[in-house]
Order: sequence, then structure tokens, then C-alpha cells
Amino acid sequence: MKILVGYKRVVDFNVRIQVKPDGTGVMTDGVKLSANPFDDIALEEALRLREKGIATEVVVVGIGPADLTAHLRNGLAMGANRAIHVVTADEVQPLTAARVLLKLVEKEQPELVILGKQAIDDDANQTGQMLAALWDRPQATFASKVEIAAGKATVTREVDAGLETIEAELPAVITTDLRLNEPRFIKLPDIMKAKSKPIDSIEFGSLGVEAHDHLKTTHYAAPPKRSKGVMVKDAAELVAVLKQKGLL
Amino acid sequence: MSEREIMEYDVVVVGAGPAGLSFAIRLKQLKPDVSVCVIEKASTIGAQILSGAVIEPQPLDALLPGWRDNPPPICVPAVEDEFWLLSKTGHRSLPIPPGMHNKGNFIVSLGAMCAWLAPQAEALGVDVFPGFAAADNIYDEHGAVAGVRIGDMGVAKDGSHKSGYTQGIDIKAKVTVLAEGARGSLSKQLIKRFKLDQDSDPQGYSIGIKELWQLPAGRVTPGKIVHSFGWPADSHTYGGSFLYHLDKDRVALGYVSGLDYSDPNYQPWEAFQQWKNHPSMKPLLEGGSILSAGARAIVTGGWQSLPKLEMPGALLIGDTAGLLNVPKIKGTHQAIRSGMLAAEHLAGNALDPAGFDAKLRGSEVMAELKKVRNIKPAFKKGLWIGMLNAAWETVTAGASPWTLKNKADWSSLHKLGQQEEPRRDYVQRELPPRDRLAGVYFAATEHDEDQPVHLHVADTSICVTRCAEEYGNPCQRFCPANVYEIVQDEAGKRLQINAANCVHCKTCDIKDPYQIINWVTPEGGSGPNYQNL
Repeated sequence: MKILVGYKRVVDFNVRIQVKPDGTGVMTDGVKLSANPFDDIALEEALRLREKGIATEVVVVGIGPADLTAHLRNGLAMGANRAIHVVTADEVQPLTAARVLLKLVEKEQPELVILGKQAIDDDANQTGQMLAALWDRPQATFASKVEIAAGKATVTREVDAGLETIEAELPAVITTDLRLNEPRFIKLPDIMKAKSKPIDSIEFGSLGVEAHDHLKTTHYAAPPKRSKGVMVKDAAELVAVLKQKGLL
Repeated sequence: MSEREIMEYDVVVVGAGPAGLSFAIRLKQLKPDVSVCVIEKASTIGAQILSGAVIEPQPLDALLPGWRDNPPPICVPAVEDEFWLLSKTGHRSLPIPPGMHNKGNFIVSLGAMCAWLAPQAEALGVDVFPGFAAADNIYDEHGAVAGVRIGDMGVAKDGSHKSGYTQGIDIKAKVTVLAEGARGSLSKQLIKRFKLDQDSDPQGYSIGIKELWQLPAGRVTPGKIVHSFGWPADSHTYGGSFLYHLDKDRVALGYVSGLDYSDPNYQPWEAFQQWKNHPSMKPLLEGGSILSAGARAIVTGGWQSLPKLEMPGALLIGDTAGLLNVPKIKGTHQAIRSGMLAAEHLAGNALDPAGFDAKLRGSEVMAELKKVRNIKPAFKKGLWIGMLNAAWETVTAGASPWTLKNKADWSSLHKLGQQEEPRRDYVQRELPPRDRLAGVYFAATEHDEDQPVHLHVADTSICVTRCAEEYGNPCQRFCPANVYEIVQDEAGKRLQINAANCVHCKTCDIKDPYQIINWVTPEGGSGPNYQNL
């Protein structure tokens, strides 16, 4: 069984996001970029399925500019067999990403596509669902447990009411939630091994995907600053201030 | 336990700063077949580099001719220098000391510059590994350095192995090059083991605390450089500021405090914040926002404190060796030069470190340090004697027949009440950050909380007894990140170490008056994530 894993590069979760002074986006100069944490979980799950003998090949996919190869090498160092790099310098919206993934699915014929439930940059939470719809295959989103047997995926999903367990016939799309697994540390010798693993580079334009921007971002703004607090001496003064503000 | 994995290289470099990367680049230029790797504890290259930084470009010209056509991302030519003496309420411009003219120099972000150097090293075939901490030295059967051991990943606070536990590998190499920066944790062990400092004075340090600000449009003069001394430091504390105007309405600013200060109540972080709120500074910053912030120890012992730089199987370069030029407040050019010199030495001597120490001492790196060797130590006698002496030493180009001694920074701390400490004439601060915790936020420092504490305190019983009485627990004040706290709970007072806040500046390891704090590397990839510092 072949597994395709979406592997997006985002601004690292430790970075304090700063809006550009002109409001056209967030600053990425000199900012640490790393794998979307949910995608690391997706890759880890695929690797575990391979280690259990269920999967035979794990392919990581990235869509982005030429320098994305360094990021894909991390996925290879973690253990993926090979990588596909769809090269584009443009911003990629969820529907476009889903269409690109569909093209790769048609080409690669995986039995399972594992994606993060969302990327921590735009928090869209759309690509997995869109891909399943375009591919006309089942989807199991927000997975916290995955079991594969007899052509079926049994997936425990994290939903508002608790946990829901569903069965999906393969091929299918699974998107990962935080508690599915804890991704492994990359080992130094594996970084060296990753250098000789193949990365297929595909020009975005050659895929025949319509790159229409369905969403238009008007501007970015930082959340309003909290106004300065007032120090009160004791509970009585606190009550007085709250009353004065009409909060009590 | 399974056999520890081993990787072999001809040369392993510890630290991807300007010294380590320049070394690796130069060695590959000269000997493309020599295998070289660079280990870096930061999660990405440059994320734990912090410097002013105004750099002299000549060593970079020698290393990478043509770099000016493809400069690092932040690289602003210096256009004007100012040198201020601050009183509490104003400043007086003084003539620029000769060593501080910056015409022809560049203001850079050293972090961004290292991130720019690393791919150039990789293009020459150097393996650069960020996110891996060199936790220990390894030795061969003759006791020579034989490489480094990478720290384990996935160890819990109590030392047990977590589910993702990954044993660190050994990197074996014919030569280990220590390029860890000031007070490197492996260098410290090696200096002790091989008695490299037995013929030199104790090493001296300062702490630099820095912020990068985004200002409202129109306030910045790109390339302008302002240094100041005076307020808020008293005349017996070595302290001074830098303010560098960058492009895109950004300024880099910081305050350096000599760690030879004597008042146990002195707080380097507070001095920095005070200086920002000085009337000559505050209007510039008001309405702006902090982009990134951090702190790092700086090596200042100079010529007389330089340890022996070679030992069997290893050598020291850059700031971990101690090559910074204090009056110039620059170390990057020395780091690059020493890295190149080490590469040239190894390339010409079949990778044998022997002879490097003599070679460096005979080079311009050392000549530069010799000229200025007496300037910093004289400031121990107070600001005015220090200034007069600096003028003398500058005029004579260091030709004095004497050399002033350095003593260890930790030993200069007075005990509480031993003498009257200066009254600090501080202002009410208004600019952010409010306190050190708010400041650490801008360092984006990250340590998995469930890992062993990487600040080893040999005897914590001293903290609440002897130290509380003698010095009032100065660790609570010299740490710029609020790592050390004396807390009171049911069992009484005890030291609490908030290791997750640590910005890896090494100040505690240096200034602790009992020398019982040992800074070791945390899990690889932990620590600050500076942006363009």
C-alpha cells in the first residue's frame, strides 16, 4: 500500500507572528519555518503503518517555491521513501492545493492520503475535505486513532461530543488531530541517508490545475492591544471600580 | 542498551556561528576532499546568534570575494558615528575614539548573516546540522579529543526515557573545532582538562542584552551608529549602549554590562531598560514595537586572558577562544579570521592542530588584541581613570611596557554590606517590556518542560543559607530571563530553576560567586529562536 502525505511548510509555532507594517501579510524575513505540526503527525502515522508492514511506500508532497526542497529533505530524513515537490512561487489556497493533490493521486494511485487537519498558518481546515470530494472517496477527519485492515480504515475522530469511530473504505483521505501520535526525532545518520532519496520536481503549470484565487485577502492586522490595567488596593476598591463601570 | 551509533568525519565543528562556518568554508575551499560537519544546538542556523552588529568586512572579503554582490539579508553600510556621554537627563556628544570609526563597515544581523553563510558552506560540501546539541567531548585511548557526543532526545525530567527517546550518536573526527561562542560548555571542560589557561589570566566577560525594534516610518537614518556610556551605569560599573539604525524603519539596540561588576544588587537587564527610557532615547522608540530580543555573554578578557588554543585532537576559535576586541566592541572579524587561520593551518599540516596556537599568536588577530590589552582592565579603577588610560593606550598603540591583570568576574562581587553600593538613580520606565518575563517572550525561547534541567547547580543548599546571607542570591538579578527564583513553600525557601526561560547567554555559569552553576546543553533544538538579532 502506498501512502501520500501532505507536508506543508509554515512559520514555526514558536515564532511571534508580526504583521507587516503595510498590512499586506505577515513577516517571514529571517523567520524560522518548519513543518506544519499536524503534517508531522500525518507523516509519523504513515511511517508507523509502514513499520507495521501495512504500507510499503510513504511519499511526502510539498507545494511551494524552489527552496522548499530543504523542508522536504526533513520529511525524507524522518523516514519517507521519496518526495514530490510541486514548484510554484505563488500563494496556494486550499482548493488549489486539493486540486494539485488530486492530480498527484491520479498519477500515484495511493490507497491512503494522510493530511494534517489544518495548517497553523491560515488554519483553513479545508484541503482534506475538498480532496475527498474531488476524488469522490471517503474522508475521516480529525483522527486520533487509525487502524487499517481488510481494505478499510477504522478511524477514531475527535468531535465536539467526544470520540466517534467510523469505518472508511480505502482509498480514503484521513486528516490528523493532535493526539494521534507524537512524531519521532530525526536522527543525524538519517539526514545523511535523506540526501540520496529522490525528490521529483513538478512545475505547477504542467499539472493543468486552475490557479484561481477563490479567496481575496484584503488586509492583515494585529489584534488590538490590551489597554492598560488599573491597580486596585483591595477588594472594596475592586468592587467600587466594577460598579462604576457598570459591570456589577 | 543498543550500541551507540557513530558517524565519522575528518573534522567536526561545534557551533554554526561566524567562526565555525568561516572555518568550514575555508577548509573546503582549500581541501575539498576533507569531510567536515558543523553541529549547531539551535533549531535553525542563526536562531541563537546575538550580536550588535557592526562588522569590519575585510576578513569576509578574504573568505568570500564577491560577497558584496550577494550580501546577507540585513547589511547596511555605516554612514555616521556618534559617541555620547549620558547624564540622567541629557547627553553630550564626544569625539569618536579612533577604534570606533565605522566608515567602510557594515551593520548586519549576525544571525541572518550566519543563516546566509550556512548554505554557502553546504554548497562546498559541508554537512550543517542544526537542531543537534554537542553534549559532551569524546576522547581516544590516548586521551586526545576524538569528537563529540550528541545529546539524547526524548529524556524526561526525571531522567527516564519518554516514548520518542532517541539516543544521541557519537561523531568521531580527526579534529574537533570548538566554535561555541563565549563560555562554550564543551570548551570549558576542555580548558580545564588540558589546563589550557594555566599560563593566562582568568577569562573576562560582559553581558549584552539586545532588542530589535520596528519604528514608525521616518525616524530611522539607515547606517547611523550611536554608542553611549555614562548613565545608567555608576562610575565603577563598566556599561555602555549601542544603537544601530537599520533599513525598513528598524533599529537594533542594546546595552552591555561588564560582568566584573561588584554590586550584588546590580541587574544588567534593568540597566538596559533604564537606558532605553533615557530622554535621548525614549522619543525614538515610543510608538514602536519590539520584533525580537535576547541576551548573550561576550568575551572580554582579550590578550592576557587568551588560553592556549590547541590540544591533542582539538582547537578553539572565535569567541570561545576569547578573541573579541573590546574597545572596538567587535568580534566577528576576529572570529572569521581565526576560523580561516585554523582552516589554513589544518590544511597545511595534515589536519594536526599542533602549531595552531603559535600561528594565531603570531598573526594580526593577536596583534590587534595586544594593542588594546590594557584598556578594559583599567576601567576597574573607575570610569575616569579608565578613560584617561584608554586615551594613553590608544595614543601609544598599546606600547606600554606593562600589562594589566584580569581577574575572574565571579570574584569581583562584593558581599552585602561590605561596602556602600552606589545609589541607582533610576527612572520610572514606560517603554515595553514591563519585566523580564515579558522580555523573554520576544526571544521565542522554547524548551520541552519535560526534560532534565540543563542548569546544574552542584549544591542548592548554599542558595538559601550562605548565598542568601552573603550576596542576597544575585542569580535572581544577573539572569536576564528570570530563570532563577528563590521561592517560599511549606518546606521553606528553596531555589527554583525556570530552565524553560533560558536564553543560553551563559551569564549564570560566569557570574555565580561560588562557581557551582554549570550550564550544559539542553535537548537539541531547544532555546531561543531569535529573528534577525
